[in-house]
Order: sequence, then structure tokens, then C-alpha cells
Amino acid sequence: MRERMHTVSHWWNAQSRPVQWAYMVPVVIFILALPVINPPIITTEPYTDFPISLFNAAVFALIAIGLNVVIGQAGLLDLGYVGFFAIGAYTAALLSSPDSELGVRYPWLVIVPIAMLVTMLSGVILGTPTLRLRGDYLAIVTLGFGEIVRLLADNVDPLRGNRGFQNIARPGGDFPDGTPIFSQTDALGFYWLAVIIIVIVLLFMGNLERSRVGRAWIAVREDEDAAELSGVPTYRFKIWAFAIGAAVGGLSGTLFAAQVGYVNNQRFDITTSTLYLAAVVLGGQGNKVGVIVGAFLVSYIPDRFQFEPTYRFLIFGVALIILMIFRPQGLLGMRQHLLAYGRQAYQKLFGAGAAVAPSGLSASSKARGDLAETTPDDHAGTSPRGGGE
Amino acid sequence: MPATPQAPDASGERVIASVLDPAVLTPLVVHAQPWINFDVGLLVDRFWANTINGLAYGSVYALIALGYTLVYGVLQLINFAHSEIFVIGVFATYLTFLGLGFQPGALPNLPIAAIILDLILAGVVAMVVAGLAAVGLERVAYRPLRRRNAPRLAFLITAIGASFAIQQVIRIWRGSNPEGTIRLLPPSPVFTIFGAPITNLQIIIILASLAMFVVADQFVNRSRLGRGIRAVAQDPATATLMGVNRERVIMITFAVGGILAGAAALFYLMTIPQGAVYNGGFLLGIKAFTAAVLGGIGNLRGALLGGLILGVAENYGQSLFGGDWRDVVAFVLLVLVLMFRPTGILGESLARSRA
Repeated sequence: MRERMHTVSHWWNAQSRPVQWAYMVPVVIFILALPVINPPIITTEPYTDFPISLFNAAVFALIAIGLNVVIGQAGLLDLGYVGFFAIGAYTAALLSSPDSELGVRYPWLVIVPIAMLVTMLSGVILGTPTLRLRGDYLAIVTLGFGEIVRLLADNVDPLRGNRGFQNIARPGGDFPDGTPIFSQTDALGFYWLAVIIIVIVLLFMGNLERSRVGRAWIAVREDEDAAELSGVPTYRFKIWAFAIGAAVGGLSGTLFAAQVGYVNNQRFDITTSTLYLAAVVLGGQGNKVGVIVGAFLVSYIPDRFQFEPTYRFLIFGVALIILMIFRPQGLLGMRQHLLAYGRQAYQKLFGAGAAVAPSGLSASSKARGDLAETTPDDHAGTSPRGGGE
Repeated sequence: MPATPQAPDASGERVIASVLDPAVLTPLVVHAQPWINFDVGLLVDRFWANTINGLAYGSVYALIALGYTLVYGVLQLINFAHSEIFVIGVFATYLTFLGLGFQPGALPNLPIAAIILDLILAGVVAMVVAGLAAVGLERVAYRPLRRRNAPRLAFLITAIGASFAIQQVIRIWRGSNPEGTIRLLPPSPVFTIFGAPITNLQIIIILASLAMFVVADQFVNRSRLGRGIRAVAQDPATATLMGVNRERVIMITFAVGGILAGAAALFYLMTIPQGAVYNGGFLLGIKAFTAAVLGGIGNLRGALLGGLILGVAENYGQSLFGGDWRDVVAFVLLVLVLMFRPTGILGESLARSRA
């Protein structure tokens, strides 16, 4: 199975950009049309409204894409990502709800950039003191951050705790028959908006990955010390990863707040954060398509099989264990993307080596897997930044 | 689940209520009831009571933290399901109470010796059950991954999966409401320190936890098996070459962690008798892990120190800022300590490999 995946991704990467686009456009159109088609077996009805279920999956996918920057690209374990989602949702609430003490009612389109800026700033604020920590310390500190955000929403009076904010702004616009495109009851418009936002964010992320920033992230992920010694300002790029990941989290928060129209302190707990993490790792960290699939599964499966609510989370937990045992790299694990990219360049230069590529790929990926396994021990006493700071 | 939209409860009653709410009518006015205090007087007043109570709480944190720290030392793995091992211990304790004929609500009418015997019995059952559960967890969720050389994040995901699964099994079996309150030993003040009453429970818990800690510490630092644990923590490959059975060491490590969590479960249920609920381990688990990191993860004495500091600091914070801020204080303290000492207060010693 893994080999086949590699063949597919290999074939995909070999296509030119316009050809890739030609394949992608019908796929995106199909995804957009999904709630209208409402296919019989796939649909989540009658348990959950299908467009709403799809919208939730799309928001989840957006979150996973953002978290993937932090975990998959830069290799930083963030367990408090829900905090950014919450900050985005609360920014939207504070700036547009009549319940807010700020007393302003900005339209949604104005809120989005503000919320992204605010979450980006909060990412930098969280990252500045903590990103000097290594691995698991970072994990627990981000977990603490997520909890602090939730507890602030609980305790700080202007954030209204459990009472929450109602009538949060949503984008305007009507269908030809006069019903609003974006409404709380019919998630169709919001679903389309979410998919379009995902496509835009994916384009942005794809370019970012191929840029200097993306290469720096991968260098940090694979070996931070080596990256630092090679002249990559690792700390600064880690903060960038945090900030960009946070901004996407904030964006998804505003999207979510707009659709539901209501925000209170109830859905920003750590369990939610671990579900985000599960989506990223399940799909295959570092692989954008993978994390979208993972997010879709994590969000969709409970909706689809809601007829067995007692055993939902039990099945979910067991499925996570089984999946990780048999595919520890995730459903579509593809950490070798950059290598493949480099190999393409190599092939263009030296043409002849092309035939060796597929076998060379699996061999090198295996070797790299072993390398990744030993890395924590290799850091041993030799690490120059081993925490003495 | 995150994004399950619910209809906002837009009942007319609430809207009217919020319009009449003075906070809404006059925004940004100073509230009569502040949402955060800065009550130094209360902090000073309750200083000793808070300290003793915090030490009792902190001992429970420390015992759970030891489980995190031991496993981390040996496997460099955050055993996220450890909090569920603790919950299993809590339920083992509770069911033993039930099995011994205690009923929720009623105070037992037994001689003190019999009660202490019953408590010890419940503790032993909890320790055995939690120890076995921890070993089982390792078998099911971690060993297959180790065999396959899985990346480190995969372990974290199986831990989360196992955590979900265990919680749900308990929920399906015992329901989602907390179990009834069974109090074997009502707290009663024994003596006072600077005017702060010290209860029998606090004394028992602090002393028994310290005893457990000393046993665990001696086990790791002196016994043959403990030497194996330290060897694997330091360098798994070399330890294996020297004849240490790595798999067995890992199993023992999980067992010890589980046993300590079982003991913590008994003390927890003695302090908070209404605490037997399927998701009750979550916050406690995070706090205990925080304690382990605070002291320096992988370091046994660090876990004890971190647990005690966390327990006491939380209580001080509660007095100073108000009850709602208790958990915030714990996490802010963690961030502050890690900013200045990135490997915790005592540093990492069990696993020097990552120092």
C-alpha cells in the first residue's frame, strides 16, 4: 500500500502545474457539489444535517492544515492549538456580538484579518518564551496555554463564560430566491466558503513550503542542531511556524463562530485539541492532503455513525490505536516530499539517474525512518542547545 | 467533539435578562463582584492551612507524577493514558469499598483499627489493579509500536486513543455520573500549627505518600531491577548489550508507575470521596504531568518536589486571586519555571541522555 501511495505521489509530482490544476478543478467542484448531491451511503442524514456535517469537517480540515504547519512542517509538538481557535472565535464575538462590552459591530470580512492578526500575535507571544524549550517541554507548555485560554474564557467577566456571545456577524449575501447564503440553519453557503478558504490557504501553504521558510522548517524538523549549525536561524523560523499556524487557527475560529453565531466557553477543551492532533497524525503529518483526509475522518466518522452514540468514542479510541500500530506514519505519510523535489531537480540535471528513483526512494525513506528513531539519543550530550539556556 | 453546532439558547427570557443586566446597560463599569481578586490578607490568613492542605494535595500529584517521570525516563514517552490508569485505581478503590460493605452516604460505625485495615486493603487492591492495567496498557498500546519502530508522535496518538477507550469503557460500565460518596474516615482536626488545624487525613496522606516515595526512590536507586531501569534510561542500546532485558525493564517501569497511581487513587478518594467519575483523571493527570515537568521530568525527586510545589502554589493562588484561578496559577507557574529553568527545577537525571 505504501509503495502504491508513493507511486501516486511520484506521478503527481511529475505532472506540470497546469496539468495538476486540470485534475484539481473537477475534484474541488465535486467537493463543492457534495452537499447538493447528498449521496445516499455517504450522507450523515438523518442523524446529522449533511451540509452542517461537511462544514464541520471543512473547519476541522482548516484547523488541521494550520496545525500541520506547526507539527508536520516544523516538527513542534503543539497540544494547545485549540487556544488559537478559541482566540479567533472570541475575537469575532467581541468585535461583532451585541453582548460584547466593546460595543462595536464590525462586518465579518473586517473581523477576519483582525482575528488573524490577533491570533498571530498570540502565537508570537506564546512562542517567544517557550520555543527555546525542546520537544516534550514545549508540548506541556502549549497544553498549559490551551488550558489558560479556556480558563480565561471561563473566569474573565467580559468574556461572559458560559453565557457566551450571541448574534455574531456572518457574511452577507442572498441566493436568487431571497434566502440568505450564510445562515445558521443552512450551512451550504458556509461550507462553500470554507472549501474556498481551504483552497486559498492550501495554495499559500504550498508556496510557503517550497520557499526558504518551508525549507528552514523542514531543516528544523529533521535536525534542529544541524540546521542551526548550517546557519538557519531556527528560533526565528519556529516563531514563524507558530505565528502562521496560529493565524490559520484563528481564521477557522472566526469561520466557526460565524456559522454557529454563538460562542461560549464550552468547546475549547484539551480533548478538542487532542482531536486536532489526532487528525494531523492520523492523516500523515507533513502531508497537506493527508491531514485533510485525517481531519475529515475524525470529524465525519462520529457524525456518520451517530446511531451508536454509546460506543462512538470507544470505537474512535480503539481505531486510533489500531491505525497507529499498522500505519504509524499516518494514512498518507509523506515526509519525503522535499527529497522528492530535490531528486527531480537532480534528475533534470543528470537525466540518467531517473530510473533508479522509485527504489532509491523507499530505501532512503527506510533509512531515514531509522535515523529519526535514533535522533533523540543522538542528541545525547553533544547538543549545544540542550537546555542550558 | 469540537464542531457540533448547537442552537444557541436564545430564549426570550435570557435576552431580557441580559438587557436588564447592569453590566450591559452601562458597559465597562466597575463590577460589584470583581472577577479577579488580589487578596493578600486572605493569603496571609490562610498561609499555614494552605500550606498543609497543599502538601496533602501535592503528595497525590507527586505519586501520579512519579509514573509519568519513570516512563518518560525509560522511553522518552509522555504516557498520556497514565491519568486513566489513575482513574482505574480510583474505581478499584471505590468498588473495594462497596465490596467491603460500605454504602454511599452512611458513615461507617466501625472501630478505627478495622477502618484502617479496610483502607489498607482497598489501597492494595487499587495498587494491584492499577499496576496490572498499566502493564496491559503497555502491551496493547506501546509494545506493538516499539516493535515496528514507529515515530514518536505515533506513541502519543495511541496513548490518546487508549485514554479515550479506557474512559469510555468505564463510562459505559459505571455511567457518566459520579459515584456516591463513601467516606470511611471523616476528617477531624488533630492538632494545630500556627492556628491552622491539621486533620488526620492530611497527616495520613502526607506521611504515607512520603513513605511510598522513599520506597520507590530506594527501589530505583538501590535494587537490581532499579539499576536496570536506570541503565535503560541512560542508554537502551548499551544496556541491552550488557544483558539488561529491555522489555522486562519497561514492563516493570509501567507496573511501578501503575502501583504508585493506585496509591494516589486511594489518597485522592479519601480526600475527595465524591471524585469517582469516569473522566476525573483528566485534570489531575495534566496537573501531575505539570508537576513532573516542573521538577524535571525523568527525575524522581523532581517529581516529588514538583508535586508538592504545585499543590502548595495552587492553594496560595486560590487565596490570592480567587477560586476560579486555581488552575491558571498552576499553568502560569509551569511556564514561568520553564522560562528560567528549561529542564525543570532539578533537571533531568534518570534520563541523562537528553540533558
